[in-house]
Amino acid sequence: MTRSPVSPSLLDPRSLPTRIGTTALVYAALVVILAVSAVLVSAQGANLFTPANTVDLLTRSSLLGFLAIGMTLVILCRSLDLSVGYVAALSTVVAATVMAGDPGRIALGVGAALGVCALIGLANGLVVTKLRVNPFIATLGMGLIIKGYLDTNFQGPAGDVPSAFQVFGYARIGLLPVSTVVMLVLAAVAIWALARTRLGHHMYAVGGDAEVARLSGVRVATPVVTAHVLCSVLAGVAGLLLAARFGTGNALVYGNGYELEAIAAVVLGGTYLLGGRGGVAGTIAGVLILATLDTVFNVLAVDPFVKDVLRGTIVIAAVALYARGQLSRAAVRVRFPSGGTPPPEDPPDPPGGPSPRDPEPAVGGAR
Amino acid sequence: MTDRPLLRMKGITKSFLGVRVLHGVDLDLYPGELHALVGENGAGKSTLMKVLAGVHRADEGAVELDGTPVSFDHPVRAQRAGVATVFQEFNLLPERTVAGNVHLGREIRRRGWVDVRAMERATGDLLDDLGLEGISPRAKVRSLSVAEQQVVEIVKALSQDARIISMDEPTASLADHEVEVLYRLIARLRERDVALLYVSHRLKEIFDLATTITVLKDGHRVDTVAAGDIGPAELVRTMVGRPVSQVFPDRVEPRGERVGEVRLDVRGGGNEQVDGVDLTVRGGEIVGLAGLQGSGRTEIAQALFGMERFTRGEVRVDGRRVDPRSPRQAVRSGVVLVSEDRKTQGLALNQSILANGRLALDAVWPLGARRRSRRIPGILESLELVARGGHGQEVRFLSGGNQQKVVLAKWLAADPGVMVLDEPTRGIDVGAKQAVYRLMRELSAEGVAIVLISSELPELIGMSDRLVVLDDGRVAGELPADSSEEAVMAMATGAPPDEAPEQDPERHDPRTLGGGPPVSDPPENGPRSHPEEAAP
Repeated sequence: MTRSPVSPSLLDPRSLPTRIGTTALVYAALVVILAVSAVLVSAQGANLFTPANTVDLLTRSSLLGFLAIGMTLVILCRSLDLSVGYVAALSTVVAATVMAGDPGRIALGVGAALGVCALIGLANGLVVTKLRVNPFIATLGMGLIIKGYLDTNFQGPAGDVPSAFQVFGYARIGLLPVSTVVMLVLAAVAIWALARTRLGHHMYAVGGDAEVARLSGVRVATPVVTAHVLCSVLAGVAGLLLAARFGTGNALVYGNGYELEAIAAVVLGGTYLLGGRGGVAGTIAGVLILATLDTVFNVLAVDPFVKDVLRGTIVIAAVALYARGQLSRAAVRVRFPSGGTPPPEDPPDPPGGPSPRDPEPAVGGAR
Repeated sequence: MTDRPLLRMKGITKSFLGVRVLHGVDLDLYPGELHALVGENGAGKSTLMKVLAGVHRADEGAVELDGTPVSFDHPVRAQRAGVATVFQEFNLLPERTVAGNVHLGREIRRRGWVDVRAMERATGDLLDDLGLEGISPRAKVRSLSVAEQQVVEIVKALSQDARIISMDEPTASLADHEVEVLYRLIARLRERDVALLYVSHRLKEIFDLATTITVLKDGHRVDTVAAGDIGPAELVRTMVGRPVSQVFPDRVEPRGERVGEVRLDVRGGGNEQVDGVDLTVRGGEIVGLAGLQGSGRTEIAQALFGMERFTRGEVRVDGRRVDPRSPRQAVRSGVVLVSEDRKTQGLALNQSILANGRLALDAVWPLGARRRSRRIPGILESLELVARGGHGQEVRFLSGGNQQKVVLAKWLAADPGVMVLDEPTRGIDVGAKQAVYRLMRELSAEGVAIVLISSELPELIGMSDRLVVLDDGRVAGELPADSSEEAVMAMATGAPPDEAPEQDPERHDPRTLGGGPPVSDPPENGPRSHPEEAAP
């Protein structure tokens, strides 16, 4: 049989990256927002890119970034984590009380905080996968449990963070805060892991369609549990950053709505809330966009309520924009494309191979 | 072809909930052969395929692969053993690349890291081998056409060294030019000595492709023949040939004033799924829509009911032109649909019988609902609905037959002029079936125009005054009420007219229909001629 005069659709150079990816789109949006903001700020006679503003922007980014990277992993697996704000708050308290102002106990404090967070993530993951509790409910419940614990035991600031550890919150390399460097390194590791480990591939698979993954021999619980553990640990890192900046453990930071902001950053970054599509690179752009907006609003002294209205509007608009591109294209064949009746064509010839006989072609074979 | 079968299935028996769907079926598969599995809807083809794939476990019988007994309790086990199945619904991740999908669960690694390049190379090699360079291993599956996705499924099977690939109606969602690609692919697979098990309703494909044909009927293997030893007409007869055992209630003396009036008239209706639909139904008439699964029956029903519009042509109900864009508008114009899936589309399962009965009224005529709903208990009564918990019982606890009666009551309360029944007796017991049949007779006597869709040919033939046969989204022709199952199947599968089965002496030959053997019911000799009847 000779090589294919394959159907036209098979010859389309569709594989070429003709379409701009969502991630590129998000970064383009980031550049536009930065440019517009710079103009707006300078119209007010100020400068967006002063060292102080830049550092403020990057520090906001690193805090939200830790939370959003973890949230991306969880959302890619078609799960969700509403407990990250509480986990971060718990982490500040655990780290600060364990360190208790002693520079020698920094490693112990960090380990204790992250260990506790990992256990919480493990619990989240197991409840979601083994008990089959909806992740929304499971992690909301976990959040409330942590909140209850914090409220009973830590009314005010707790513990003491040695100044050696506050370096994590304040030290800079040039204009770049150390925390931002750590965040970007973790983001790079996450991007690499998603692309180059089986676990990463399986996260996408489970989030895309758990049944397909199962039928392909993937153990579907493993990626979900791992994502939850990593998400909680990253929330713990965010808590460490908060503790380093405050110099003490502060249980009340859970009231800042970090979980929703992290989800907003993830979604803004082009990750599909129903899983299986997206990535950490987009999330970082989403984080930078949100941080930029915050910084600009601060510089312009925008009313805090208007600020939230604007942020909400931007997130909704962005998601609406993405949704246009991904209206579910089920594999339903269009038999009769709109327009008039197609002229009845000759049915296709049977294939090259010898066929035992050639009965009349099926009737009604339009197109 | 070797003498020893690659796969041997012996005495496969399978029951679901006490209903036996496979009775000791035998099947041998040889390398390089394409073995077609044919039979009517519900003959057991898919079940047999799923037993092979490890989705279902056989109750009795043995499967031997290369002479070794095997038993697959999970699809992954079957795949690992070299038995792959391409189901109708695709098992692919649309957001991942072709290579990622092909190697899902078996990612190629180098020093512990997933080697994406190697996966792409391996996938590309397989695609090239099959002569399908047009598909890039790096393309996202979402961007592929349905045919290309199917190719990816097959490549996925091959990459696991599948020696047996079974395909369940692989062409069901393909356009004709895409079918060619599949044909070429199948030829390549046979060259590689892969054994193929192929389920299809389309006779043309079967005769184009098959080397061996096994006919299943009602869960029994009727025959296994070499494809060269049987003709399409004979094959259709083997598939169908069963005595019509069901009894249908007699027609009731018409008493409604609208009997004989044209109540539903569709001219050239079409949308993305169907085209050129002409359909006239008079009051008192039951018109059966015949056709295979996927031939467009349900799509026509949904278009009439405003779920998917006709984008071409026009629809008249009682002479008034209508263009229902929502079920609400359809109900207001007097058209109702008893949908094929009553649990998801027909009922609010957590609500009571009475609440379900009022559902349509409350929604469509909120003002008159109270007055109209007084009739509902009476309607339920007349349908002989038996519920232990009274009319306040939640419908999810009812049997299938009683649930269907609730759906019917809901629509009867809306006083329809045109009633579309999509598989109204699916999954309900014999008694309830009879109740549905009697109800249809009563309604048509009162002048309601009924469109009946059913995969059960005896039911369709027994209840309808006239049959409109669909094939691939178009009307293939029209047959009188007393046509034989063979004639309907032949028309629906696109079997050639000149080779259609011989007729039983007491039955009408469908092809002489236009000419003029007596067509009993007056509504059928409507003023218009049926252009489809002239078509092959």
